[in-house]
Amino acid sequence: MIASRPVWIALLVAAALAAPFAVYPIFLMKALCFALFACAFNLLLGYVGLLSFGHAAYFGFAAYITGYTAKAWGWPPEVALVAGGAAAAGLGLVFGGLAIRRQGIYFAMITLALAQMLYFFCVQAPFTHGEDGIQAIPRGRLFGLIELGDSLAMYYFVLAVFGAGFLLIQRTIHSPFGQVLKAIRENESRAISLGYRVDRYKLAAFVLSAALSGLAGALMTLVFQFATLNNVHWHLSGEVVLMTLLGGVGTMLGPVVGAFLVAAIQQYLAQLGAWVTIVQGAIFVVCVLLFRRGIVGEIVARLRWLRAGKGK
Amino acid sequence: MFTLLGISSQALFGQLLIGLINGAFYAILSLGLALIFGLLNIINFTHGAQYMMGAFVAWLLLSYAGLGYWAALLIAPIVVGVTGIVVERLFLRRLYQLDHLYGLLLTFGLALILEGVFRQMFGVSGLPYQIPAELSDGYNLGFMFLPKYRAWIILISLVVCIATWLLIEKTKLGSYLRAATENPALVRAFGINVPLMITLTYGFGVALAAFAGVLAAPIYQVSPIMGSNLIIVVFAVVVIGGMGSILGSVVTGFALGLIEGLTKVFYPEASSTAIFIIMAIVLLIKPAGLFGRRA
Repeated sequence: MIASRPVWIALLVAAALAAPFAVYPIFLMKALCFALFACAFNLLLGYVGLLSFGHAAYFGFAAYITGYTAKAWGWPPEVALVAGGAAAAGLGLVFGGLAIRRQGIYFAMITLALAQMLYFFCVQAPFTHGEDGIQAIPRGRLFGLIELGDSLAMYYFVLAVFGAGFLLIQRTIHSPFGQVLKAIRENESRAISLGYRVDRYKLAAFVLSAALSGLAGALMTLVFQFATLNNVHWHLSGEVVLMTLLGGVGTMLGPVVGAFLVAAIQQYLAQLGAWVTIVQGAIFVVCVLLFRRGIVGEIVARLRWLRAGKGK
Repeated sequence: MFTLLGISSQALFGQLLIGLINGAFYAILSLGLALIFGLLNIINFTHGAQYMMGAFVAWLLLSYAGLGYWAALLIAPIVVGVTGIVVERLFLRRLYQLDHLYGLLLTFGLALILEGVFRQMFGVSGLPYQIPAELSDGYNLGFMFLPKYRAWIILISLVVCIATWLLIEKTKLGSYLRAATENPALVRAFGINVPLMITLTYGFGVALAAFAGVLAAPIYQVSPIMGSNLIIVVFAVVVIGGMGSILGSVVTGFALGLIEGLTKVFYPEASSTAIFIIMAIVLLIKPAGLFGRRA
């Protein structure tokens, strides 16, 4: 390595702090919300080996709860955010509890089907306002002190929440709990025979992932000041898989890179209509066929290979 | 005409009929999914898009080649089935050694591409397709009016499902197929060309989806998004039934369509979620699915 790890981290943090002066802050905030979402998703896919195909449910449901509590009940942003995350955790407990009863491919289908059920619920439920969504949600004052209407203040708030979520995931993965999760990913029956209550570990990881996905959705609501059906649609569930796959499954930074790329694709191809879908589909195909480690995964593998070469 | 619990027989049986028709589509699609999963170990997410392609090929045949419904019923499954064979040879073949999840992701990507291409070419508003003249009127049964075309869908889908079941359970080819599902390496050692069988099975499953698409074209709008919402419901159907049994998927498909029709009559708010709720209940009581075997 050219520089040591703390130097890299310091550079990244500095870049994140300076970014809103160079790049459109709304784009950055959207990408950061997606990044938190993808990291939470990756906690399941990358470290427990569970492919949830319905993660938009937690993202979108939290978005609605945060939007509703902030607008209709006038809750301050930090409380509405926690309410959204808690609602997503509750939903994750129910859906996760059902889905972990089956493995592998069935797990993916069940999470997708349950998420679709929530989608139909959101279409009909009165508080979501159906096709219109909840609009003109106030950003409010953070802790009664900081006016979040200012997009620079909002950016630093989003960055702080993202950082906290990222560190929590990092901590979880490297904890003894995270080691058990990896053991389950590698060999579930072995983990069972070693005496671990695998279902409980899976469920705990699922709830944590759902809660953090919810936090990301809740943040997104505050940024854009609306919550719509797009946030609970299966399309978004596919996109979070794409971010993680493109960036690198099972790497810490991969989902972040993937989230920024997918957000950029959405931003720049938005005028071209269905082309966004086509490009995303093509990236899926290319990633699965040629590029299964993802961008960050490839880089890490190359670096390891180089270092191993030097050692000889 | 009579009424039951304040609901007219016309409304009740009308909804049950719609339920049966939806059930017919669930049955054909989950049958194809189960066949493909049995041999390829891949959940074919493209299934919904291939169903949509079937409807579009029928529409294109009518609009540009002047070929009507009956020709489309034969040609569309073949055309779409051949594209399926190409997909299997080009892409899916490379994934058999990997985790099942990659198959799901790849076919999801293909579904996105197909949906996007058709949206780009035809928009999302949906295109009309006429019911063939021979089937355009209906019968008055006294308690309800039965349109001929709807009766035809139920009849032909039952025929297709039973024929597929017979093909797999009662013929020599079917016995090879079942054997290859159990143990492909051993069947191959006996000199049977398993890779070719895999390719043809995928093509056949895809052709079934396209066939359902042609059936659906006259009663639903031909639209690029007609497949994606349906396929998610079919996934729930497959989870409920389990993919272990051909007959199981057919029975589950029709039964769930009927139940969905009934909820539309008695509690319409729940009609779009009914199947998912049943899935949740089945997962609690019998996690392996009604006809499934515990892996």
